[in-house]
Amino acid sequence: MSRFISLIIKEFNHIFRDKRTLLVLFGIPVMQILIFGYVVNSDFKNIGISVLDRSNDTHTARIATKILSSGYFEYRGNIYSEEEITGKFKSGKVKAVLVFESDFGKHLNNSETAHLQVITDASDPNIARTIVGYISGIVMAYQSEMLQAGTDAVLIDAQPRMVFNENLASAYMFVPGIMAMILMLISALLTSISVTREKELGTMEVILVSPLKPTQIILGKVTPYILLAFLNAMLILLLGFFVFGLPVNGSLILLLGELLLYITLSLSLGILISTIAKSQQIAMFISLFALMLPTILLSGFIFPIENMPKVLQWLSAILPPRWFLIILKDIMLKGNGLAQVWNETLILAGMTIFFLFAAVRKFTIRLQV
Amino acid sequence: MEKKVIIDVKDLVKRFGKFVANDHLTFSVYSGEIFGFLGANGAGKTTALRILCGLSKPTSGKVLVAGLDARTHADKIKRSIGYMCQRFSLYEDLTVFENIQLYGGIYGLSAKEISSRSEELLNRLGITDLKNRLIGSVPLGWRQKLAFSIAIFHKPGIVFLDEPTGGVDPVTRRQFWDLIHEASKDGITVFVTTHYMDEAEYCDRVCILSEGRIQALGNPLDLKEQYKAASMDEVFLKVVRNT
Repeated sequence: MSRFISLIIKEFNHIFRDKRTLLVLFGIPVMQILIFGYVVNSDFKNIGISVLDRSNDTHTARIATKILSSGYFEYRGNIYSEEEITGKFKSGKVKAVLVFESDFGKHLNNSETAHLQVITDASDPNIARTIVGYISGIVMAYQSEMLQAGTDAVLIDAQPRMVFNENLASAYMFVPGIMAMILMLISALLTSISVTREKELGTMEVILVSPLKPTQIILGKVTPYILLAFLNAMLILLLGFFVFGLPVNGSLILLLGELLLYITLSLSLGILISTIAKSQQIAMFISLFALMLPTILLSGFIFPIENMPKVLQWLSAILPPRWFLIILKDIMLKGNGLAQVWNETLILAGMTIFFLFAAVRKFTIRLQV
Repeated sequence: MEKKVIIDVKDLVKRFGKFVANDHLTFSVYSGEIFGFLGANGAGKTTALRILCGLSKPTSGKVLVAGLDARTHADKIKRSIGYMCQRFSLYEDLTVFENIQLYGGIYGLSAKEISSRSEELLNRLGITDLKNRLIGSVPLGWRQKLAFSIAIFHKPGIVFLDEPTGGVDPVTRRQFWDLIHEASKDGITVFVTTHYMDEAEYCDRVCILSEGRIQALGNPLDLKEQYKAASMDEVFLKVVRNT
């Protein structure tokens, strides 16, 4: 045991003497969170909108007022012909135009279909899609209001409500995403680099000749980084809470437990990488390309998994961050407990055991060649 | 006086795929002697040394270190040996004392033993003032001597040195060999690989390796006589050219 403790003390000394790495370690998450929070803001407000009203009746006026007063849009005047639309879009001030057909109100009163066209500037497809979604929502709400006023028999409330994220605040999406990414990255990157550095310097040889067992050597490497990654996770959680108001609705203890599991998983991946990589550069390369890109692209952090081609969906299933993200969102946003996330937890635990086993095995085999 | 065999190697073969790194090596090392393993780069010195240390397994043959089979008891062997490799083996971002603490701790010495032995070590080397300096700022010559002293810090029966004097100036090399002789006087068996032939003169016995095979083995004086050479350098060249 005391042999093992000497190893851990040494590892901590390495970490605390390397001020630059320490700065990067804690600086990156802070920077990422702030950048994602303030710059890559996909929140939606003050979208310029114009109205082309060919009907000019009470219904069109009410619908337009409803849309314009929703808070998401900013009224940029009426236009009177379709020819004007392109010019408005080119000016950049208007992102969407509402076109009411002639006799809109008459069609509606006669229970015929009344047509409302929403023309959007799709040079930014994400914004365009959101605009259409918002407007259809508002129109639907208007329809149900009419039903309510016309007959007291049916009462349809089709009002869409974004549960768990009423304003579709992007902080709710990216804080868990960044947490999954950063933890995976620093854990895997730091351990793989620190092991390969010892290989390069030749100090690993000396450790290997010593009476320490491979498991002890691996644990000695991993333990300090568990602590470090854990602190990092706390930092991200606190930033999310105090800067963006991201709550932890579920059990904090459960969340911390899941964090620990995920960190251990990432660290064992790091060790596995270091048994393959011959130099620090290669270790860094593998960690960045094999872990970071798939995490960003395939874990569901930015792009929804349901929309991916089947093959990529399968690929995403073997990525630990995918499952961790589900767990994070379940616990933090929905306030779910272990009963709802045991499935994902089991998957992560299985992966951890697999990687840890593979890492120790590969490490031992390397010794025996 | 009956000499005690501490390393016994019979028909050691190590293959990497088709390449034969060690081709039927047979030799014995006696307790307390300085045994030199000589050869050009790639002659198979390091491979054999790694097998003796338990870092690598032999393809075939029998290897006994301190009476233990290297194939099955590598764990136990590791407790009774010290090791210093050709690449520099101390941590540059730790201080002199922290490095001593680390290796002492790994070999299971108590904090008390570590502190008393490290005082002794630093006094003997005359570098008590460097105790809390980072290794990175200690001159290379001192580091090498320190690395050796740390390799025998836990008082092993055998110490393996893999080209310990690479890249060191002649004066420091001389001082380094003084340390080796001291350790040998204390009863530690020294197994050293080198390609500096002048160092071979300091060994009790040497073994010349070429292309994975032992070409000559014996006391430097006897070898010089046998090959009618003035120095070990000449012996080495004659041995290698004849093969």
